[in-house]
Amino acid sequence: MSVLVVAEHDNQELKSATRNTITAATQLGGEVVVLVAGQGCGAVAQAAAGVAGVARVVQVEAEHYAHPLAEELTPLVIAHAGNATHVLAPATTFGKNLLPRVAAQLGVMQISDIVRVESPDTFVRPIYAGNALATVQSSDRVKVITVRSTGFDAAATGAAPAPIEQGAAQPAFGKSRFVRHQLTKSERPELTSASIVVSGGRGMGSADNFRLIDDVADKLGAAVGASRAAVDAGFAPNDYQVGQTGKIVAPNLYIAVGISGAIQHLAGMKDSKVIVAINKDEEAPIFEVADYGLVADLFQALPELSTALSR
Amino acid sequence: MKILVAVKRVIDYNVRVRVKGDQTGVETANVKMAINPFCEIAVEEAVRLQEAGKAKEIVAVSIGPSQCQEVLRTALAMGADRGLLYETDAELQPLAIARLLQHAIQKEQPTLVILGKQAIDGDNNQTGQMLAALLGWPQGTFASKLEFDGNQAIVTREIDGGLETVALDLPAVVTTDLRLNEPRYLKLPNIMKAKKKPLDVVPAASTGVELASALKVLRVTEPPRRSGGVKVASVQELVDKLRNEAKVLS
Repeated sequence: MSVLVVAEHDNQELKSATRNTITAATQLGGEVVVLVAGQGCGAVAQAAAGVAGVARVVQVEAEHYAHPLAEELTPLVIAHAGNATHVLAPATTFGKNLLPRVAAQLGVMQISDIVRVESPDTFVRPIYAGNALATVQSSDRVKVITVRSTGFDAAATGAAPAPIEQGAAQPAFGKSRFVRHQLTKSERPELTSASIVVSGGRGMGSADNFRLIDDVADKLGAAVGASRAAVDAGFAPNDYQVGQTGKIVAPNLYIAVGISGAIQHLAGMKDSKVIVAINKDEEAPIFEVADYGLVADLFQALPELSTALSR
Repeated sequence: MKILVAVKRVIDYNVRVRVKGDQTGVETANVKMAINPFCEIAVEEAVRLQEAGKAKEIVAVSIGPSQCQEVLRTALAMGADRGLLYETDAELQPLAIARLLQHAIQKEQPTLVILGKQAIDGDNNQTGQMLAALLGWPQGTFASKLEFDGNQAIVTREIDGGLETVALDLPAVVTTDLRLNEPRYLKLPNIMKAKKKPLDVVPAASTGVELASALKVLRVTEPPRRSGGVKVASVQELVDKLRNEAKVLS
């Protein structure tokens, strides 16, 4: 009996959502095996081996795993899922792209975005943008699951290293090729794992005004997010988007600025520990979920906040 | 090039969803239904490709109860040429949906299949990837840009951290993200014209496709509600509270 976790990484770093997925894996019973497929990904395999709860790491190196193409990784995951009861990956764009393909190839259902493990065959997952929670039971011989990282703590690092085995690659699929990346460069923490997030909405008025958000975020060591309205208006890049169709975050502190609080947005942040809303419209629905609300003009409040945080 | 697009009928995205008292699901009686927003983007993309002379024919496929003909008529009014409904009253899981779409594809032989990345009811985000697996085709998921170069689709994908571009040998499956396009508004003459376009209805059970689900929904419940907190009067009070009461700032 084993649980296979597919690691998300960029050949250099193990993405933190993998550690939340490992925590979910440890709740299923059985040995947790982490699959690290890449090219020149030795550092990632070592990092995975040091995560608490991991029994074994299988590292597979090949040119066609240099970029995480679902078409290439699917046969490899299946080859290593031999006697696994569960196959898990983070519910990020990586895991969501990959695991449905794995499940269909295995002829089983896939269970998306679980936030709780009730038992090895029963899981809780949000539906309708988090407006309802479904408890689902699977009778498939192997359960293929993506894990929402906000539902599980990240497993600790620095454990006694688990053994790393080298695994064999599968033949290349070849019908899809990586062309290029355009990654947003940022010195700030990753949105989905940051302990503080400051987000701006349509009320920011322009892309330039997002500098006011950046200032506050820099003082707090926070990540910067945005509502879909702000992204649609071109104020912020799409990978800042927090919400049903963007990223799901649950930091210790979420500061929503100039965000009205559409259901779509709340779906992405309502599990945050403490929510602060700054909005000039005191009727804005965001105040219904905020622990602390400040009715104010953000163009005054943000510079004031930045100054207050320097003190 | 022939394009097949999949469209799903869901609760309209403006409707506030309510969980049923008996925990069997959400209230759908007398609730406004509409085409899933991501599917609408898929239809729009296909129609734009046809308008640009890159696509010859667009077949829209839906799966579900008889009322799904309405969303197919929406797709036809947007510009799709033909509609196909696999009719069933059963709640199908993505794998069964993908198998039915595969059935349609074997019949229609399209070069490109465009689907929404997820439906806003189940939020599964699975069908396109599953379909690509069943067909053994490449997949370009979460697309924000779709171009062609010879026999390849060049797909720019929205990924965590930015964008990724992949080249896929055709035939291929593409799923849409929000920024791929902005769907057009329907014009009355097109709505009238759509009523005359062909729409086939096939009972899903007659296809011989395996539709059974290994996933049982035990219950559907309300998420824990967050109660609103307090209003603060100033930025200084806010910072004090965050430092001394909530203790989330040092």
